[in-house]
Formats: sequence, structure tokens, C-alpha cells
Amino acid sequence: MTYNFAFLDEDTKRMLRRALLKAVAIPGYQVPFGSREMPLPYGWGTGGIQVTAALLGPDDVLKVIDQGADDTTNAVNIRRFFHRVAGVATTEHTAEATLIQTRHRIPETSLREDQILVFQVPEPEPLRTLEPREAETRTLHALADYGLMHVKLYEDIAQYGHIATSYDYPVLVDGRFLTSPSPIPKFDNPKLDRSPALMLFGAGREKRLYAIPPYTSVESLAFDDHPFEIQRWEQQCELCGSGESYLDEVVVDDRGTRMFVCSDTDFCSGHRMEAQA
Amino acid sequence: MSALLQVRGLGRRYGQRIGCEDVSFDLHPGELLCIVGESGSGKSTLLNTVAAQQAPSSGSVRYRQRGGGWLELGALGEADRRRLAREEWGFVTQNPRDGLRLNVSAGANVAERLMALGMRNYSQLRGIARGWLERVEIDPARIDDAPTSFSGGMQQRLQIARTLVTQPRLVFMDEPTAGLDVSVQARILDLLRRLVNELGLAAVMVTHDLAVARLLAARTLVMQGGRVVETGLTDQILDDPQHPYTQLLVSSVLTT
Repeated sequence: MTYNFAFLDEDTKRMLRRALLKAVAIPGYQVPFGSREMPLPYGWGTGGIQVTAALLGPDDVLKVIDQGADDTTNAVNIRRFFHRVAGVATTEHTAEATLIQTRHRIPETSLREDQILVFQVPEPEPLRTLEPREAETRTLHALADYGLMHVKLYEDIAQYGHIATSYDYPVLVDGRFLTSPSPIPKFDNPKLDRSPALMLFGAGREKRLYAIPPYTSVESLAFDDHPFEIQRWEQQCELCGSGESYLDEVVVDDRGTRMFVCSDTDFCSGHRMEAQA
Repeated sequence: MSALLQVRGLGRRYGQRIGCEDVSFDLHPGELLCIVGESGSGKSTLLNTVAAQQAPSSGSVRYRQRGGGWLELGALGEADRRRLAREEWGFVTQNPRDGLRLNVSAGANVAERLMALGMRNYSQLRGIARGWLERVEIDPARIDDAPTSFSGGMQQRLQIARTLVTQPRLVFMDEPTAGLDVSVQARILDLLRRLVNELGLAAVMVTHDLAVARLLAARTLVMQGGRVVETGLTDQILDDPQHPYTQLLVSSVLTT
């Protein structure tokens, strides 16, 4: 049995592309779309995989990462899936890819204008934990009435002494729409601001798409006296020695020994090669 | 002095049933008006309609803005209505749990309206919240406690602080002391009277308790079956009721 190129039928891709064009035209606005049943469970990237399927062309080079790594189950399976149903070239190197589907990270290597980053989004609505009613959150977006988001940041400071939200940190896109950057660590938030690459977000279960077009301003919310800050580590990566990448803390034996390594595997191996050369 | 709020021939129907009908009154700056009547007489319907939370079926409500211009509330869009409710008005509900955000701390509840107005300085927000907790006689040390850990009376006082923190010009109150025991009621009434005087607020308060009207309001509206049957100075109405229904209301108050 053969599939249509990139799994989805052409009409579905057309519907997705129309929704994506609208999303790009209104940065940060959540566009509804007819999310399809995909051959993987909700929460594993059904939104991202549909966006990728709608964008892929035969000449594209695809990279898929999960928590920064190219070799985790989710990443390997989605990469293999598109290799099978579209026959496109795949890569683990950020610089070689034209299309990167990602879960929970933005690559450390700077992106270019000819690259597109596709995010998998579990919950596209940043106000959801504070306001459960969909009709109300839509009204709040329509009126740009975003005081509520600061209630959450206030609670963080009141409870922990600092803004403890460390991932899915809310941003204001193009000075207008409050947007969830997907559960990337806030370490990656500054990379969203005026990025040369197009950033697309797909939420399959919630049936929403949104976009941050190239060179769009993305501001992380904060208080005047508690400005936005990213995570920092006292350690360096134990494999490549990098001091500026996002580090994962990994337990390596039963006695609780820990090591800190880069979460971006491609960046880490590239850095090691450079050191050897 | 010109009025802050002008209500003319206001009516609200639920299908064929009448919620309230043909109500007219003026509210002046700094004035507290009580709406009394038995349960089901249309008090809350009237309050919600005047506060633009429900669309009127007939009649009009006009509100004088800070700049002095009149605003026709019926013609107001959703955005303007919300701006007004956020910046110039306050609404205190009977059940504090309806008016509070229960999953965040007391301090966040008080500061929410300020943040909605764009205040973005944490320590300033905190200072104001602390000051307001003190003003409504809640120990400022409880600023980070959840409102669910407060007693009913404290929750109501917290709701009052949360509403008044932005210094609204006009406050709507729907039976703010119902469901509280008598001594707690007395403290809240004292508090309200003090705050209304200090801030020079105008307020419309719904109550079924004539003693509350006597204590707080200069003027009172008496409602029955959705209509206003008597209106005038509170003392006059309570001491010399003209309408048979008002006479019944006044005579049914227990005296010791």
C-alpha cells in the first residue's frame, strides 16, 4: 500500500496551508483548523506532524528533535515516518535542515531565513489554567485584556520569591497577542525574538495553529522590578565543555551520581568535533 | 450638582415574565442608594441591568464619565463595557466566592484589578495590597494565604478590598452582608460606611434588610413585583411609609 506524498491527502494539506497563511498574517493568533486523525497518539506531536506534512516538498531536508535530542523515541519515529511516506532526506545537523520539527526546545545553533521551525503544542491557550472558559479566553484575546497573566506571575513571586515558571513562559507576540511558546524552557524564549526563521505551532488535540513570522518582536512578560531571566548553570557540559547551552541533569547510576550534558545533541557533538580538530 | 447615573423607564423581561419594569432614578456622586424589597421582587435584576451585565428590554441607563460626557450604556460595545467595569466601576457579589479568584492568594486577588490596569511593579502592587488588607481589617500577614482558608466574613471583606482597590467611582453591591452572622454583618456595614465616606464613592446596594438601608443609605427604593412602589429619603420611608407594601415591610421587622 502506498500513501499520498507526506501521508495527508492534498485537500487536507490545502486546508492546513490556508490556516497557516492566516496564522502568519496575524502573528500569535490561534487559528482553528480541522485536525486529522494521525497514526500516533495525541500528545506525541499530532499538531506538529500535520504542519510538517503540509509544508514538506521533495527537496526538503527534515530534522526532528525531542527535548533537544535527535535520538529519542519520538524524534526517531517521526523522522522515520516522513522518510517512509515522503521519501525526503533527513538529517541530524541543524545547519543542513530546511524544516525542523521540534518538541520542547529550539536548537542552539542560530537559525536562518531559509529554515522553518515547527513546534508541537499540547495547550495553545496560555490563559487556560487561569480561565477555563474558551469563550472568555477568546474575548480576552479579542480585547487584548491580559492582566490575568500577571496574576500568575505575581503568584509565582509571592510563593517562591522569583518568577518560578521555567517552561511554557508566556510571551507577547508583535505587541498584540499573548501566546504560549509551547513548553520550551524559558532559556529559549530570547531566541524567539526577531528570529530570522519562520516559527509555526501546531496543536493537534486542541485543533489550533499559530505562527511567529520572521523578525517579529516577541516579549517575555515580567514585572518592572522582577525582570525576565533565563536559567543559568554553575556547571558546564561534561561531554563538550560548553558553558552557554541548555543543560540536562542526568542521573547516571543507582547511587545518585549526576552529570550535566547539553540537551541539544547535535550542538554537543559539533562542539566536541571542533575541540578535537 | 449633576447626576452620575440616570436610569429612565428601565425594564427587563425574561420572556413573558417581568424581571423589573419602568424603573427611573438618578444617582449622584458620593450617594449610596439602597434597593429594598422581598425576595423575587426584581432587586437583583434591576442591579444587574443597571450595571450593564444584562441588556435591558426597555428604557435607558446613562452614565457620566470622568470627562463629564454622558455614556449611553445600551449602545456600548463589549470592549467599552469591560473597560468601564474595570476602570470606573466595581461589583460586590452576595457570595464572595463568586467575586473572588479562589485558586490564587489574597494578595493576588487584591492586586488583580491593578494589574489589569497595567501596573507592573511587584513591590508596589504588594504594598497596595497590604494596605488594603489592613483597611478591611484582615491581618496583612495573611497576604499569601488562599481565600479558601478565610472565614465567610473575611472573604467578603477581601472581596470589598479587591473591588475598591482601583478607587472606582461607582460600586454595585448585591446583598453584601446576607448569609453572614449579625456581629460580622455589623463590622462589614461599619467598614462599608467608613470606606464610602472616605473615598466619596457612589453606590447602589441591594438588600432585603431594612436595618442595612437605615444604617447606610440616604435614599431608598422599595420594590414589589418588579416595580418601584415607593422612593424617598430612607428615614422618611422607614418612619412614615405610605405604600401598603412598605408599611407591611416596616411592620414585619422584629423589634426588641
